[in-house]
Amino acid sequence: MSETYTDQVMDHFMNPRNVGEIADADGVGQVGNPVCGDVMRIYLKLDGDRIADVKFKTFGCGAAIATSSIITELVKGKTIDEALQISNRTVADALGGLPPRKMHCSNLAADALLSAVNDYRAKQGLPPAGEVSEHDHHDGIEDLAAEDDAAETGRDAAAGEVACPSAPCTLRVSERCRQVAAPRRASKSAE
Amino acid sequence: MNLDQGQHKDTGPSLRRVYLDHAATTRVRPEVVTAMVNFMGEDFGNPSSIHGWGRVAREAMEQSRANVARLIGARATEIIFTSGGTEADNLAIIGVAMASRGKGKRHLITSQIEHHAVLHTCEYLEEHGFEVTYLPVDADGLVDPQDVAAAIRPDTALVTIMHGNNEVGTLEPVEDIGLVCRERGVPFHTDAVQSAGKVPIDVNAMNIDLLTLSAHKMYGPKGVGALYLRRGTRLEPLQHGGSHERKMRAGTENVPGIVGLGVAAGLAYDELAETSKTLAAMRDRLIEGLLALPNTKLNGHRTRRLPHNVNVSFRDIEGESVLLALDMNGIAASTGSACTSGSLSPSHVLMAMGNTHQDAQGSIRMTLGRDNQPEDVDYVLERMVPIVERLRLMSPLAEGTLRPRGEETPEPAAQPEGSQCACETEEEAPK
Repeated sequence: MSETYTDQVMDHFMNPRNVGEIADADGVGQVGNPVCGDVMRIYLKLDGDRIADVKFKTFGCGAAIATSSIITELVKGKTIDEALQISNRTVADALGGLPPRKMHCSNLAADALLSAVNDYRAKQGLPPAGEVSEHDHHDGIEDLAAEDDAAETGRDAAAGEVACPSAPCTLRVSERCRQVAAPRRASKSAE
Repeated sequence: MNLDQGQHKDTGPSLRRVYLDHAATTRVRPEVVTAMVNFMGEDFGNPSSIHGWGRVAREAMEQSRANVARLIGARATEIIFTSGGTEADNLAIIGVAMASRGKGKRHLITSQIEHHAVLHTCEYLEEHGFEVTYLPVDADGLVDPQDVAAAIRPDTALVTIMHGNNEVGTLEPVEDIGLVCRERGVPFHTDAVQSAGKVPIDVNAMNIDLLTLSAHKMYGPKGVGALYLRRGTRLEPLQHGGSHERKMRAGTENVPGIVGLGVAAGLAYDELAETSKTLAAMRDRLIEGLLALPNTKLNGHRTRRLPHNVNVSFRDIEGESVLLALDMNGIAASTGSACTSGSLSPSHVLMAMGNTHQDAQGSIRMTLGRDNQPEDVDYVLERMVPIVERLRLMSPLAEGTLRPRGEETPEPAAQPEGSQCACETEEEAPK
């Protein structure tokens, strides 16, 4: 996979679908963190167990906005169970692929959806459909990116993922994130 | 950034193309190309050769040396040609460190906002037994010369503080820092890659002992630069072989590149006053126009600033998304956002200046050059307004957004500095 955004990504970035908010939403989910550069929020309006309407708001890069947009298209009109079948891979494929280092954006979108579903279920007195904290947006970087990245130099490949060692922090961080964060080993871009 | 949006470019006839990334690299001037081509073709000689071909190459190379020296007020014999700014920084820092090791000097002083060519070289020396002090900067990105004075120890081998910052454009008080170093007898190196040819430099008046410059930032070719080394300053070469460059940098010289640098440096010197004035006028208008947008702040010092640098942060939006939208409008810029750096941490320069992660993520750098027209500024300002508005409408961090029930939006205030995440705590440890 190249480092280039596909035409589908650029289309969803320039003309995002379902941007906005739902005032009387049945479920709202938010994931991400401005520290790491992306925050994604999804609003769901249900008709029975079918998703009648869905909106999003996203702070993030082009891929973050495009994955938010495509996931709203993918889930609209589906039942909750059908929507939960949508994986990060489905999101990335629907966009014709993502550059390896942007794969976490597709995880973020899938997690935002799950978080919104959990919010709805909580209001119904139901247990969560899945754990967002253990399914957070860095999940899947390893397998998906490594696969797509096979031909690359290894700079971005095989980003293992670990829980943030600071106890109060709910983020899970990739090994790469940790390495980059440590100044001595940082591998920064050309200016 | 690595993402090549070439295939997405609007090919419509009305699209204006505005290159505002001159701090990354510049277009080689036609005069430079013409001069260089000659030294790949007819005058292809090796300057170390005794014969006519060699003498022609040698003469051209020495003319270039004189031109580079003139640009910074040095003697021609004090100029060492290198493969670029990064090599010159490495040669200066490692070369001085190695030469002073025997005298028991194992300490270096630099700043937290240096280019990685300096920072990572200092970190390399730390791994080999040297100690490095990374001085902080104020909110404008300025190093305090008093901090330099206080950090100097009997075993300090070198002070290296950049002249003009590549990201935020702040011009450091190198004259005062140079004076402090001179008084204490410590060699002073400055990375002038961004400032050479844009602001006047006089290595004697500024008490500079070593200075780095690069050809491709001043309309010369990539792959060639120079290190100024004041006569009498001790340096160990990094590259060993023949006796090229007064034995400081072995290897047959890149004659076409050096000729290109020489022509570019000559033109830069001749046109410096005028170019600087023109660029600063466009810069100021661009800054003024951008700051008229709500929730926008300038990064870097307002007046002690490179004449071609504009750097602003748009609150609540992320830099890469702005870059992409600008690119769709034919405008090239860059960002300090983590998304484009290939890392998960935003610009170390913006963080050292005390910005929140969020402000750093929303930073956009635009760097002007000699091909830019005043109309380019109008065009960029006109296009920027709807781009920023659209992205803010999409942002859950912008005001007036419905919050999810029972959840705090993670505003910067909810992320106390140095608090929670490994990304943060490690990053904020003093380097």
